[in-house]
Amino acid sequence: MSQKTMRDAINEALHQAMEQDESVFVIGEDVAGCNGSAGDVGAVGGVFGVTTGIYHRWPDRCIDTPISESAIVGAAAGAALVGMRPVAEIMFADFIGVCMDQIVNQMAKFRYMFGGKSRCPAVIRFSAGGGFSAAGQHSQAMYQVMTSFPGLKVVVPSNAYDAKGLLLTAIADDDPVLFFEPKILYQETCEVPDDPYTIPFGEANFVREGDDVTVVAFGQMVPKAAAAIDELAEEGISCDLIDPRTTSPLDEGAILESVAATGRLVVVDEAPPRCGLTADIAALAADKAFASLKGPIKQVCAPHSPTPFSPELEAAYLPDGNKIKAAIKATMG
Amino acid sequence: MSIPSETLSNAYRLMKTIREFEERVNAEIMNGQIPGFTHLYTGQEANAVGVCAHLDASDTIISTHRGHGHCIAKGADVSGMMKELFGSSEGLCKGKGGSMHVADIDKGILGANGIVAGGPPISVGSALAAKIRKNGKVAVSFSGDGSVNQGTCFEAMNMAVVLEVPAVFVIENNYYSEHTNISYAVGCDDLKARTEAFGFPVFVADGADFFAVYEAAGKAIDHARAGHGPAGVFAEQGRYHGHFVGDPQHYRGEGELDDLRENHDCLKNFRARMAETNELDAATLDAIDADVMAEIEQAVVDAKAAARPTAAQVTEDVYINYGAGA
Ligand SMILES: Cc1ncc(C[n+]2csc(CCOP(=O)(O)OP(=O)(O)O)c2C)c(N)n1
Ligand SMILES: [Mg+2]
Repeated sequence: MSQKTMRDAINEALHQAMEQDESVFVIGEDVAGCNGSAGDVGAVGGVFGVTTGIYHRWPDRCIDTPISESAIVGAAAGAALVGMRPVAEIMFADFIGVCMDQIVNQMAKFRYMFGGKSRCPAVIRFSAGGGFSAAGQHSQAMYQVMTSFPGLKVVVPSNAYDAKGLLLTAIADDDPVLFFEPKILYQETCEVPDDPYTIPFGEANFVREGDDVTVVAFGQMVPKAAAAIDELAEEGISCDLIDPRTTSPLDEGAILESVAATGRLVVVDEAPPRCGLTADIAALAADKAFASLKGPIKQVCAPHSPTPFSPELEAAYLPDGNKIKAAIKATMG
Repeated sequence: MSIPSETLSNAYRLMKTIREFEERVNAEIMNGQIPGFTHLYTGQEANAVGVCAHLDASDTIISTHRGHGHCIAKGADVSGMMKELFGSSEGLCKGKGGSMHVADIDKGILGANGIVAGGPPISVGSALAAKIRKNGKVAVSFSGDGSVNQGTCFEAMNMAVVLEVPAVFVIENNYYSEHTNISYAVGCDDLKARTEAFGFPVFVADGADFFAVYEAAGKAIDHARAGHGPAGVFAEQGRYHGHFVGDPQHYRGEGELDDLRENHDCLKNFRARMAETNELDAATLDAIDADVMAEIEQAVVDAKAAARPTAAQVTEDVYINYGAGA
């Protein structure tokens, strides 16, 4: 057990999965790095360094590709269909735009359309989310979009501990899993056991426990919501903070149970509002916990716009502690 | 081939402008003044300038993530670009786009592009418009040696041939896509031949030599303008910096960068050629250098003083507003 960054925790999970199972391999752009060059092949480990060191231990199972996202995802899907356990890396979640068909029409549909006779144990990892002034094509969350497709499991870890356990679960899972790593959290640390462990899908984490308001937050919004809730605790307001960890499957039970107890709900996500997770969870509560609601459900999310470049604009765009606190208070009337 | 001296001095000015713009941007990033992900074009200036020298404002270009050079060569306002990179609301894109999305539609610049090979299909559309309107315009897309492996690039090249549109595909081989060498990522040995197999001619140039690029691009653009369908330019020249600012460049061989800067420099080559032919004298070139330095300095001063965007601007230009979240 020691303090590890989310980057290192994911890296450790990958190493352990590779050790345990020879059918696991890593594939993507620069996941080794420097191939074909006069320099140091394997020195990169992905642009965020998440696959560092894998090439040096398993050169045959750490596969650099050309810039061809459709073929990367398709190759992962195909290898998985015949029994391998690929972990593909798509550098930025935004590039789903390039490989949407292979994800949504191909791998997501195999098992169902083939009458339940196939398995596709592929994991696709993405860096996701805003906070880098990376503008409209390198900042999107995307997981909220992918959550709407039946046939995909969708994971959004919010800390290093969860990231490691959830990735090991994802790799062992027999169905396609999309694994979204909030890139702003790569450097964040927490206690992470050295040994391999798994965290089941569909089991939310209660990050804070309280009586007045239920707050549900995703990805990089979880630490922001936790900080906001801790500040409100000093004002005598106490909140449940639920991190669903997987958006599909979703732990509806945990959310509904909490709302039944508090009667108030705030949902926080960094993506824009329409057809997103905040609306989804709000609808869940309105539908199934209506009788226990004591006030309006509040959604805290980005506005309906692409992610802007300028730091001032992005700061205004992304939800922050003040917006979360205001929403919590708004539910209390 | 004789080139009018105004074209020559303009080309030199643009190459020098790109060089100094990029070097200054690099320094300002190191100072923490420019946010986001920035990819510098230093070293490859002659590609952009040699191509764009054949274009006017109503021809279009579409660029890449490494777009500053293409935009400057096509006539983008340098001060507006600098303001954009600094994130000012007075920037060319009001601070909404930044380095990877610099665009100036009135100048025929359909944007830098953060998606590798996002540009070529769009360029085919611009070329199709030119064909339908019969206005003699051409549409140029720039692609890196890595970008050409993307399906969208293949689709665009094939469709341009099928539709017989005046699309010009400029392939810039700087030998790397991020950290991966072209010898790994392009499966065949001959990218020019692979590209020509789509069914259009590709003209090759040394990308450190303005005159070579100018000549090759002239042939390709004439071909497209004359209604013979698409054409390509294949220019080879390494970049002087990393893939992005801060790249440790583990892929470089011993002495590679020194060799590039020493022996493959479009500005040095240009000056050497002028010294030989006397088409422009050294004093003229020195005066351009001084002008450019002053222009870039002023652009940075202005960018630092320029207005900052306000929160209300986040939801401008989205067509539809639902109001912000809570
Ligand atoms: C669809 C997509 N995949 C991957 C990336 C990440 N990326 C940005 S630039 C780049 C390399 C591009 O190489 P090349 O086309 O040779 O252009 P160069 O950087 O050398 O100018 C990569 C992989 C991206 N921006 N978009
Ligand atoms: Mg390249």
